[in-house]
Amino acid sequence: MISFKDLKKAFLVALWFIFLTFPIMVIKVNPFERTIAWRWHNMFYVAAGSFILYLIGRLFLINKAAQQERMKKQGIKSVPKTDWQQRLLTEPRLFIPTLGIMLVILLVFPHVLSTYQVNIMITALMYIVLGLGLNIVVGVAGLLDLGYVAFYAVGAYSYALLHLHFGLGFWTVLPLGGMLAASFGILLGFPVLRLRGDYLAIVTLGFGEIIRLILENWNDFSHGPSGISNIPRPGFFGMEMTLDQSIMYLYYLMIGMVIFTIFVVNRLQNSRIGRAWFALREDEIACQAMGIDKTKTKLTAFALGAFWAGMVGVIFAAKTTFVNPASFTFLESAIILCIVVLGGMGSIIGVIIAALVLMLLPEYLRAFSDYRMLVFGGTLVVMMVFRPQGIISTVRRTYTLEKKPTIT
Amino acid sequence: MEYFIELFFSGLTRGSIYALIALGYTMVYGIIGLINFAHGEIYMIGAFTAFIVATVLSILGFPALAIFVIAALAAAVWSSAYGYTVEKLAYKPLRNAPRLSPLISAIGMSIFLQNYVLLAQTSDFLPFPQLIPDFEFMDSIAGVIGSSDIVILITTAVVMVLLTWLIKYTRIGKAMRATAQDRKMAMLVGINVNHVISATFIIGSSLAAVGGLLIASHVGQINFFIGFIAGIKAFTAAVLGGIGSIPGAVLGSFILGLTEAFATGYVSSDYEDVFAFSLLVLILIFRPAGLLGKSSIEKV
Repeated sequence: MISFKDLKKAFLVALWFIFLTFPIMVIKVNPFERTIAWRWHNMFYVAAGSFILYLIGRLFLINKAAQQERMKKQGIKSVPKTDWQQRLLTEPRLFIPTLGIMLVILLVFPHVLSTYQVNIMITALMYIVLGLGLNIVVGVAGLLDLGYVAFYAVGAYSYALLHLHFGLGFWTVLPLGGMLAASFGILLGFPVLRLRGDYLAIVTLGFGEIIRLILENWNDFSHGPSGISNIPRPGFFGMEMTLDQSIMYLYYLMIGMVIFTIFVVNRLQNSRIGRAWFALREDEIACQAMGIDKTKTKLTAFALGAFWAGMVGVIFAAKTTFVNPASFTFLESAIILCIVVLGGMGSIIGVIIAALVLMLLPEYLRAFSDYRMLVFGGTLVVMMVFRPQGIISTVRRTYTLEKKPTIT
Repeated sequence: MEYFIELFFSGLTRGSIYALIALGYTMVYGIIGLINFAHGEIYMIGAFTAFIVATVLSILGFPALAIFVIAALAAAVWSSAYGYTVEKLAYKPLRNAPRLSPLISAIGMSIFLQNYVLLAQTSDFLPFPQLIPDFEFMDSIAGVIGSSDIVILITTAVVMVLLTWLIKYTRIGKAMRATAQDRKMAMLVGINVNHVISATFIIGSSLAAVGGLLIASHVGQINFFIGFIAGIKAFTAAVLGGIGSIPGAVLGSFILGLTEAFATGYVSSDYEDVFAFSLLVLILIFRPAGLLGKSSIEKV
C-alpha cells in the first residue's frame, strides 16, 4: 500500500510541477492591451492533478511488482492467460453469436439513428481501415511510418484529379487510388528502407510534409490551398440518390470495406509473408540469416499499408466531396499511429476497438474535444510506459506438437 | 552581389539557430541513441517562457537590458526543467525497451507539449517584444545585415566555445563522452549514468531555449507550432552533419541554413520547407552516416 514516504514524494512531485507549469499555466499576458492575467486556480489544478496521478502511477507499479513476486513464488514465469478476449476469439460457441449480434447492430444502426450519427460512424470506420493498414507497417513489420497520411492524401487527390480531368468514376478510381498510393509507397520505400528504424521515421515524416506542401503550393496541379470541390459521391449502377440515401450507401460500403480489410489483413498475418514481417520486427539480422529478403519484405509491407490508405483516401474524397491539403497534416498521421499503439501493435481487434474509442468518444464528449490531441499525445506516452502491448495484445497462432517426441 | 551577401548572412543566422537546436538532438542521440522528438517543443517552450517573462517585465517597466537577461535566464531554466521532466517521465522507464517504444513515447510527448501550450495559452501568433536593440554603429550596413543577426551569430559562437570547453575539459563532459562511447563500461568505472543523461537533457534544452529566445526576437512573433518545423529542420541538420557528432551538427546546420537561404532567395520561397526535407531524404539515401559521422556496422 501507499506509505508515508510515497505521500511525501507525491507532495514534492506536486511542488515540482507547480514550478514547472508556472509561467505557461498561471501567467497569461495580452501583449496588445498590455495586461497580465494571473490564473492562480490553474496552479491548484496542476498541484492536485500531479499529486493524484503520481499516487496512481505508484499504486500501479506496486501492484505490478506484487504480481511478479507472486508469480515467482509459484515458480511460473508467465501464466498463460485465458481471459475473456482470448476465449471470445477462439471458442466458436462464443465467437459466432457475438459476431452475429455485432453485425445486426451495425446493419440496423443507420435506420435507427440520424444522418449525423451515421456520418460520424463512417469516419470511425474509415479510421478502422486506416489503423489496420498502418498496423501492417508499424505493428506487424515494425517500421515506424510517420508520413502515413501522405498515402491517404495521394488516394484522395487521385480521385479528385482523375475525376476532374478524365471524368473517372468512384469505382474505377478506388483500386486505382490504392495502387497509386502503393506505388508511392514503393517509390519512397525503395531508397529509405535500408535505413535504421528511427531514420525511417523521420524520412517518412519529411515525405508526408513534402506531399502536403506540394499540394499546397503547386496551384496548377492541385488548385492549392483552396482544394478541389464538387467530387461526386459513389454511384450505385447510376441510381439517383438523395443525400441521406447516399450517406447510408456509403456507410454500408464502409462496412463492407472494413470486413474485407479484416479478412485480408488476417489472412496476410498468418501467411508466409506475414510470418516474415513478424520475424523482421523481432530481429532483422536473424531474419536475414534465415534467408528472408529484407528489402523485398519491407517494401511489401510498405506498399500494402499504403494501398489501404490510398483506398480510404478515395472514400474520404467521395464522402466529403471536397479535398484540400489541410486535411492531411502530420496530426492525422499521429492520430492513426495512436490508434495502432493504443490497440496493440499487430492486434486486429485491438485496432478496431481503439479506432472506435478514439474517434467516437471526442464526438460525444464535445466539451472535451479541445483536449483531444492532448489526450492522444498523453496516451502514446502512457501506453508505451505502462502497457506497451496495447489494450489487447496479439495472440500469435501457435502450433503444439501432438505426439511426445520419443527418445531412443 | 549585395543580394548575395544579404542571403549569405541570413543563411548564417538561420544556421546558427538550427545549430543551437541541433546540438540538443545530437547530444541526446549520442548518449542514449534516441531521436528526441520533443526537443523542438522544448525550444518552443523556451521561446514562450521568454515571451511571457519579457512581456510581464516590460509591462512592469524594467529597462531593456534587464528584460533581455532575465528573459534569457528564465527561458533556459524552464526549458531545462521541461527537458529534465520529459526525460524522467517518458524516456527513462523505457531505457531497456525495444527501439520503437521510446520513439513513439517521444512523439506522444511532442504532441502533448504542443497542445499543452495551445490550451494553456493561445493558438494565435503573438508579437514578441524586440529585445535586441538596433545598434547605431550598424546603420551603415543595416541593409545587408541587421543587429539581431550580429547578436545571434556572436551568441552562437560564444555558446559553441563554451560547449566545446564543457565537453572537452570538465568532469561532466568527460562522463558524457564516456557514456556515449559505452554505457555499461561507464557504469563500471563509477559514472552515474542517470545523472549524465539528465545533464545532457538539461544542457541540450537550455541551448534550445537560447535558440528560441534569439529566433523569436529576430522574427518578432511566436506561436505554439514553431517547435515542430524547427525541430525537424534541426534534426535534418544533425543528420546532415552525422548524428551524434557535435562539430557535425554545427556544420550541418550552417549548410542547411545557407542552402535554405539561397534556395528561397533564388528559386522560390513557397517551397522553403521542401528544400530542407528533400536535402534530408537525399543525405539519408547517399550518405546515411552524415558528413562527419562514422558509419557503424551492427554486430551480433
